[in-house]
This record gives sequence, C-alpha cells and structure tokens, in this order.
Amino acid sequence: MSFFSDLDQVFVLLQHWIAGLFPVWLQPVVATILGVIAIVAAFPGIFAVTTVLERKGLGRIQNRLGPNRVGPLGILQPVADGIKSLTKEDIVPLSADAVVHFLAPVVLVVAVFLGFAVLPIGRNMVLADLDGGLLFFFAIGASTELSIFMAGWSSRNKYSLLGAMRAVAQMISYEVPLLLSSVVVVMITGSLSTVKIVEAQGGFTGVLPHWYVFTPWGFAGFALFTVAALAETNRSPFDLPEGESELVAGYFTEYSGFKFALFFLGEYLGMFSIAGFAITLFLGGWGAPFSFLGFVPSWAWFFLKLLGAIAFFIWLRGTLPRLRQDQLMNFAWKFMLPMALLNLLVAGAWRFMGEGWLRWVIAIVILIGAYVLLGRTLMRKQKLGARSYRYAD
Amino acid sequence: MLGEGMLKGLAETAKNFAGSFVSKERMTTVEYPEERIAPIENTRDFPFLIYDGSDPMAGLRCVACQICEKECPPKCIYITKSADKKPDYVGKPQFYPTRFDIDISVCMSCQICVEVCPFEAIKMDAEFELSTTDRFGGLLLDRDQLSKSNEYYKTIHPTEAAEVDERLAEEKAKTEAKAKAAAVAAAAKAAAAAAALAPAREVPAKEPGA
Repeated sequence: MSFFSDLDQVFVLLQHWIAGLFPVWLQPVVATILGVIAIVAAFPGIFAVTTVLERKGLGRIQNRLGPNRVGPLGILQPVADGIKSLTKEDIVPLSADAVVHFLAPVVLVVAVFLGFAVLPIGRNMVLADLDGGLLFFFAIGASTELSIFMAGWSSRNKYSLLGAMRAVAQMISYEVPLLLSSVVVVMITGSLSTVKIVEAQGGFTGVLPHWYVFTPWGFAGFALFTVAALAETNRSPFDLPEGESELVAGYFTEYSGFKFALFFLGEYLGMFSIAGFAITLFLGGWGAPFSFLGFVPSWAWFFLKLLGAIAFFIWLRGTLPRLRQDQLMNFAWKFMLPMALLNLLVAGAWRFMGEGWLRWVIAIVILIGAYVLLGRTLMRKQKLGARSYRYAD
Repeated sequence: MLGEGMLKGLAETAKNFAGSFVSKERMTTVEYPEERIAPIENTRDFPFLIYDGSDPMAGLRCVACQICEKECPPKCIYITKSADKKPDYVGKPQFYPTRFDIDISVCMSCQICVEVCPFEAIKMDAEFELSTTDRFGGLLLDRDQLSKSNEYYKTIHPTEAAEVDERLAEEKAKTEAKAKAAAVAAAAKAAAAAAALAPAREVPAKEPGA
C-alpha cells in the first residue's frame, strides 16, 4: 500500500524534495514556483496533444483520416504547427491600437492560467487552497471577456469588433447560468473551497462514489454547467464569435503568427480549466469512480476525467451545427436561467428533506417536469406575421 | 422533446467514428502520394505538342502558323517561325517552330489553342505533377519539354486520339488521292501534250517532203 500512496503523492514528494535543497526562508517561494512550472508545462502539453487528437477525431467523425503526414500517424503535427506559428510574420494593422492589440492575447493567457491555481489536480495537489476558490475561479474566468473585447476593439476591423461584441454578449449571458448551476454544490457542501468540495464527494456507497452528478440536482446542475461552459469557452455549437462563414475568424481576425497561437492556446486552456472545474464540482475531482480502484493515483483520475470531458467536447463539435444569435439568447434566458433557479430550489429542498426515497422522487419529478415544459415553450414555433413598418408605409 | 435531435446526431457521429475504424468502404479519400487512381479520360490541364514517329523535332506536327498564339486569351504562347521549310506528315514542305514556349503559370487551361489548331498539333495534357522550385523558368515550358509522341496522346485520351488519327488518315488519303489524280492528270496532260506535239512535229516533218 505504501508504494501506491507514494505513487499517489509522487509529485508532492518531488516538490518537497526540491524545495528542501533551498534555505528554509526560501522554501515556500520555491515550492510555489515549482507548482506554477508544473501547471504551465502540463496543460499546454495537453493542449498540443488535444489539437492533433481533435483533428483526428473530427476526421473520423467525417470518415476521413485526419492529419497523418508529420511523424508516425501524424502525432508530431503540433510540433510542425508550433514551428510554423513561431516563424510566421507578425502583422499588426496600421490603424490598430498597437499596445492593446499586443496585450490582448497576453491578458487572455495569463487570466486563463490563473484559473488553474485553485484546481485540485490530485490529493494535496492544489497550488492555492483558497477559502473562496470557487469565487476566485469565476472572477478570473470573467476577465477573459475583457481580453476578447480588447482584441476585437483594438484591431479596428468590423469582423473583429462584431465577433468581440458577440463574444461579450454571449459570455455575459451564459455567465449567469454557469454561476447559478455551480451554487447548488456550494449549498450542499457548505464551502467555497474547491478542495473541500472534492473531499465532500469522497465517500462510497457499496462500490459507487458519492459524486454530486449522481443526485437529481447534481445531474441537472452538471448538464447546465456543461452547456454554459461550452458557451463560455466559445466552443461549437456556441462558436458564434468566431464563426468562419460569417465573421472570417471573429475577434482574432487581425492576429497572425504567435499571437494567434496564444489565442488558440488561451481558448483551449480555458476549455481545460472549465472542464476541470466541472469535474471538481460534479464528478468527484480526483476521486476514483469505484471504491476498488482507489489504488490508482489521484492525479491519474483527474487527467483521465479531463481527457474524457475533452473527448465529449470534440464529439459535440463534430455533431452540432452553429446556433443563431436569437436562439443562443433565447436558450440562455428562457431555458438555462429558469432551470438553474429551479435547481437551486430543488437543492434547498433536498438539503432539508433528510434521507429517504421521497426527496429523490420529488426532485426528479420537479426537474423533469420543468425540463419538458420549458423545452416545449422553447421549441414552440414562433408565429411571425408580415413585417409592419412605422414610417415607410 | 428538447434534446432528442441532439442525441440522434450524437449517435450518428459516434457510428461514423467507430465505423471509420472497421469499414474500408467508409474511407473514400485516396491517400495521394502512396495511392493513386487513373485520371478520367476528360482530364485536361496544360497543352502539349504532338509529334509523329520517333524523333520529336523531325515529326512535330506544328507548322508555326501562330493561330494559337494569337487566339490564346492570356497570351501565354510564344512562337518563333523558322526561315526554312521541312516536309510534314504528308510530305509537303512546311515551316516549323524554332521556338515554342508555353508559360503554364499564365495558362488558364481553356483549350482554345486546341480548338483553333488546323493541324491537330496541340492537345491537352493530363500530367499534373508539375511543381518546381523555380517559379519563372521552371514553369516556362519550351519546345523540347512540350513535344510528346502520338502514342502518349493515345494513352491519355484514347477516344479523342482515335478520332484525330482517323481524320488525319482521311486527309492524308485525300491528299494522296488528289496527288495521284493530279499526277495522273499531269501524266495524261503530258501525254496529250506529247501527242499534240508529235503530229505537230510530224507535220513540219512532212512539209519538207511535200
């Protein structure tokens, strides 16, 4: 058992050992820097793997092979992409606001990296165990909107500006259900700390874990959170801000070379951090899915779940067409928001009804009923009459 | 119900994803450099010059009439006419191009040069691996690079080549028949002239005797 617990803590022990080589007063600083280095190295590494796996997966969905030229089976494609984006000319439009244009991708990547600070990657593996970790994450997540608008505004390009305005409208709209759907977890756990949220899901009933996704309110919250997370990261089917067929490339139309690569990196890192947060909130974080699999290192479970979430996102991207702007807004305000509010009510009822089967029945009936009714009103055909003009007639 | 269509779509893409690993028929893409399929007969890209026989320069059908040069919409053909003449496929002395260049970076593959050529000398090629590191000199094809045998033409466009061969054979036969008729007529004329000349010669021959 000692071997498995050592393996579980291998990165923590390594960090302590390296920090131990330094004088005592320097040790906390060194330990923090090591944690930062690990995050800054690991997640862009996953990003590189994801880009090629995404292209190959989308290819398979469309009955193609995908990239297969660079290296065996095309796995070295990200290296070629990296070299290409590094050697490409960096063009800044003549009329662009050069300072803001330069800062936008930097701000995006920095803000996205900050989000990883409160993400528990494994047992004892969190960079900053803040009491308000959840709050910190959403505050940092919201600041990515700023960098996107900086990019769109400073480019002085109509496509960039339109893309940025779409992005801001979309991200503010979906920020509300994203937050409200995660509040249920805070209500049940009684803590904003991400570490405590993971620990609260740590128990087992028989072999099954106590993940929040296996409760009615948790499942509804998880579904709402996933949809809102897709919209928040501008992933398909919510990729209106960068819809190629409409806006060239949206807010990063005027970016080339390595700045473009930074935007690309920021977007994928945002997807990882929000998927990692969904795992932390609803899928038990680094916990094992069955009690008898507890010997597998906790960080391995986190990354396996993360890869699963990424695969699901890619699957959705290969399946769903892009929404229209009015459908997007209708969905956010007429479906997601009422469902999230109702889910708060259900979670409150769940908390105070005590153990037993009755709360399961009540919660499931309320949520499914609301889903069906709201879904019907959302899908109802709008009757649009002839357009009437006030002044032109 | 809301989300029903989404689930159907997800099932469909999952089927595609899994199916692409097991079913060969699903993968319709030809993996180009390793695999290739024969081009269809109507394939065309850039023009080339046809020669008969084995020597490209001797058998070139082109007579440097420069119609194609004048008709070419993007003006990518450059011809220099020869000073001397050499016999063509029917044996008639014709001019020939001392220079025949086509700039394929300008050519738009419209086939007008082929349609206007009265001598079936220029045809469309199907060769497409023309990439070069020199975008000026490498894409300006000269007479030696452009001339390809009639046998090659038959392999890339068999139906069209058969029609052309038939037409040329007919023309050649017609020319030969005409030449033969002309020869016969000339012979007859010569004979008649000889016959006409003979009595005339006889008459004066008689005259001294008369």
